[in-house]
Amino acid sequence: MLWSLLKAFVVGGAICAIGEVLVLKTKLTPARILVGYIVAGVILSALGLYAPLAEFAGAGATVPLTGFGHALTNGVKKAVQEIGFMGAFTGGLTSTAAGIAAAVFFGSLAALVFKPKAK
Amino acid sequence: MFDKNAKPSPQRQRQLDRYKQLVERMSPNSDMGQGLLRAFWVGGSICCFGQFLQEAGKMWLGMNNTAASTFCSTVLVLLTALLTGIGIWDKIGQYAGAGAFVPITGFANAMVSPAIEFKREGLVLGLGAKLFTIAGPVLVWGISASVVVGIIYAIWPW
Amino acid sequence: MQGTIELRHRPRLCMGAAIAGKKEGEGPLGQGYDQIIEDDLFGEESWEKAECRFFYTAADTCIRKAGLTHQQVDVMLGGDLLNQITSASMAARELKIPFLGLYGACSTMAESLCIGAMLVDAGHVKTALCAASSHFCSAERQYRFPLEYGNQRTPTAQWTVTGSGASLLSSDENLPAIARCTHVTIGRVTDLGIADANNMGAAMAPAAADTLTRHFADTGRSPADYDLIITGDLGRVGHDILMELMKERGCPLIFERYMDCGLQVFSPDQDVHAGGSGCGCSAIVLNSHILERLRTGEVRRVLFMATGALLSTTTSQQGETIPGIAHAIVLEGSDPCSGAC
Repeated sequence: MLWSLLKAFVVGGAICAIGEVLVLKTKLTPARILVGYIVAGVILSALGLYAPLAEFAGAGATVPLTGFGHALTNGVKKAVQEIGFMGAFTGGLTSTAAGIAAAVFFGSLAALVFKPKAK
Repeated sequence: MFDKNAKPSPQRQRQLDRYKQLVERMSPNSDMGQGLLRAFWVGGSICCFGQFLQEAGKMWLGMNNTAASTFCSTVLVLLTALLTGIGIWDKIGQYAGAGAFVPITGFANAMVSPAIEFKREGLVLGLGAKLFTIAGPVLVWGISASVVVGIIYAIWPW
Repeated sequence: MQGTIELRHRPRLCMGAAIAGKKEGEGPLGQGYDQIIEDDLFGEESWEKAECRFFYTAADTCIRKAGLTHQQVDVMLGGDLLNQITSASMAARELKIPFLGLYGACSTMAESLCIGAMLVDAGHVKTALCAASSHFCSAERQYRFPLEYGNQRTPTAQWTVTGSGASLLSSDENLPAIARCTHVTIGRVTDLGIADANNMGAAMAPAAADTLTRHFADTGRSPADYDLIITGDLGRVGHDILMELMKERGCPLIFERYMDCGLQVFSPDQDVHAGGSGCGCSAIVLNSHILERLRTGEVRRVLFMATGALLSTTTSQQGETIPGIAHAIVLEGSDPCSGAC
């Protein structure tokens, strides 16, 4: 287990560090970088390049937003295999439903409980 | 100004270039090494914790792979929502930059923070609508890209 | 003449009031403010209402300190950073003083003083109140991100001041005069192609240089004729660029006699990166620190020039560059002998 934690740390850290290079060098806003990351994840996964990384690093590859893109592609492919063409429209959200639903639900809950605070 | 094809005069262009150089000379740059180090260790730690959650889910809670990774992202989102709510996450974000926003925690923070901030404009048009102001583009482009991949895959599986 | 107007009757600046937020109160000029509001919400339900209350309180404090009532003020000029300058308008709703709302981004304090001084000088009104406000939280959510969003601020970014300042101008001989307004120079919108909304100082510095150059040419004066030249919120980067631009134009500023409110309002260890910004920045520094120095005679003649970055989130997203503007007004401390001779 220690070995898998270390792999997740190093690969996850490296993916984040690449993001920081983009922040500092290109003045891209975080929102643009995140869009870039998720689309990159979708494409890398479609090309079959992301699965080996996810296999190797576990959460180190799936927790960063590229992993979200990977999950979208995985879901779409699986759904297409199962139900055919229409799977292109159902698979992505099915496989990422938990993350999105959790963010929507906990986000709304937090908004009801907490107040905005000055820095 | 309203002629779309008009280029600035050579004189004006020289002025703009010179000023750009002056601004670059006078503006301090972010410390690259420090920024990378912070992004690396915070981002790495978050992923490492995610890995721990997955392993823990499999080992002690009897989850299968899918359930464990769902457990991992749900817990990370929940913790981010809490830290955002009590006003700690913005400090982590300021410290770690991409180390905080690249993992799924950043996605959660991008949803939770406008929800809290815009609650005052009402539960429907404030909280409900503004929840997606920052994270929306990620979903829009991510889902669209995956649908394109799905269509290609349906026609031409590899 | 290129935008400079000489005020022949030298209208009086009778009183100033500065209401500041908690962080500003902890800054180097903290003792000078009339009131420091520890609660960011000022007892209200939203940042916008809080800012409105800052505006109201500054205006009300200024009028009361001058010993006047709201009815005795002929006109109020002012604005803030929010869309449709709601803080100023809604404060004016309560104050019930005839109101001209102004938008000059962070240059609003100088803009209102310029117009107010001209109205008083021309004899159209006897007493004019000039005010401006900004609030970190309301500006942040309108121009940038929600407060809880974990974004990284760049080293050139500035920190919006929470606070409001108001000045009372009058031609009434019975009111005390802290200073007299002698000249105003109206700014030109200047844009040298800066599009980075996190580097406002660089966007505004060319406008400041333009206004200064025209002011000196119109009045035949030089930087040495002023005890102090004050810019609004150029911050570290804009301050250095302005020094450089004025040197290039053969009219170098004297370092000891040039100050930027954005650099004075916070101390470097308050983690504000390039310094303070916002309408409130120059407004609270002018109406506390600067007026006090004029009152005590420590400085006799100052040029107060607030700079504004005239961008909106919409134009920014459409890729527009940031136009800057700077308005200047000359304030002269009452001559000890002017009453007698």
